Amino acid sequence: MPRRKGAPEVNAGSMADIAFLLLIFFLVTTTIETDAGLDRMLPPIEPPEEDVIIKQKNIFTVNINKNGQLLVEDNLMDLKNLREAAVSFLENNADGTCTYCQGRKDPGSSDNPTKAIISLKNDRETKYSTYITVQNELVGAYNDLRNREAQRLYQRDFTKMEAEYLNPETPSSIRDDLKDKVKRVQNMFPQKLSEAETSTN
Amino acid sequence: MAKFTKKKDGDLPAVSTASLPDIVFMLLFFFMTVTTMKDSSLLVENTLPNASEIKKLEKKDRVIYIYVGKPTQEYQKVFGTEPRIQLNDKFASVDEVGSYILAERAKKPQELQNVLTTALKVDKNANMGLITDIKQQLREVNALKVNYTTYEGNAFNNLQ
Repeated sequence: MPRRKGAPEVNAGSMADIAFLLLIFFLVTTTIETDAGLDRMLPPIEPPEEDVIIKQKNIFTVNINKNGQLLVEDNLMDLKNLREAAVSFLENNADGTCTYCQGRKDPGSSDNPTKAIISLKNDRETKYSTYITVQNELVGAYNDLRNREAQRLYQRDFTKMEAEYLNPETPSSIRDDLKDKVKRVQNMFPQKLSEAETSTN
Repeated sequence: MAKFTKKKDGDLPAVSTASLPDIVFMLLFFFMTVTTMKDSSLLVENTLPNASEIKKLEKKDRVIYIYVGKPTQEYQKVFGTEPRIQLNDKFASVDEVGSYILAERAKKPQELQNVLTTALKVDKNANMGLITDIKQQLREVNALKVNYTTYEGNAFNNLQ
């Protein structure tokens, strides 16, 4: 009698066990990464060759003490108002050379966004979380202004454009196009955030 | 009568488990795609602060990690409760940071050595003194690009 059944069926009952084993291995050895944060550049260690004289009115000083209180331009300030104060300092436009600024043109504040510098100082005992919140607000002030200009020029948010530009999965044709736009908006409000040495008192 | 007794030996039909491997494989592929390999186990507490203006750190091969925080429960007896620095799999002092960065940089391919980012994963209860010392060390070895790694969220939650 010829065989009618063909090849005998392979028992796949243990397939689930093998798959579970792999699953558990990957669960144990991997983590879901939280790789996002505030990008900052540290100042180079060599001092600049010539001393650049910066007018006091072009510097926006932010001091954080060990209790997390803020001293902004020699006045005590609440953290919630910091972003607004930084925005109005950056686009103050006292010399009137910045055509896209909407500042008050207060002669006692910054000349124009390319000259405006934010200086951040902190105490050694300042808590890291407070420091990050202040950094976040200052970066946020720049982003608010850049978003506003990007909306006006390209009808898009600057932060979205930059994220798309930095994403390696974006096709290079779109990236090249975005590069000029991102650079242009960045140059309108260049990020000048200086961190001097920590006070030790 | 035979009609009724016949049913008894039938019992319940077994539930088919033929699709179980498929389900498990689906889970497996999900975890394989959304997670990445752990490169070092944490010896310090590492609750990152929140921030809203964050940028994603692309390309993991260009990142050097530095962890800072209070040693976890099991290491507190030996290392105390003051925040410490963790480099790779061991605790380190501040002046080891510079040589660590140089060693890590030397391991990377030539073309990446100038575009490295240092990711600072710092516990939110750490003090700025230690961070300032680390930053000074980074400046000395010319690793100027840093990323303060945070969770996405409202920055004002940090203050509570």
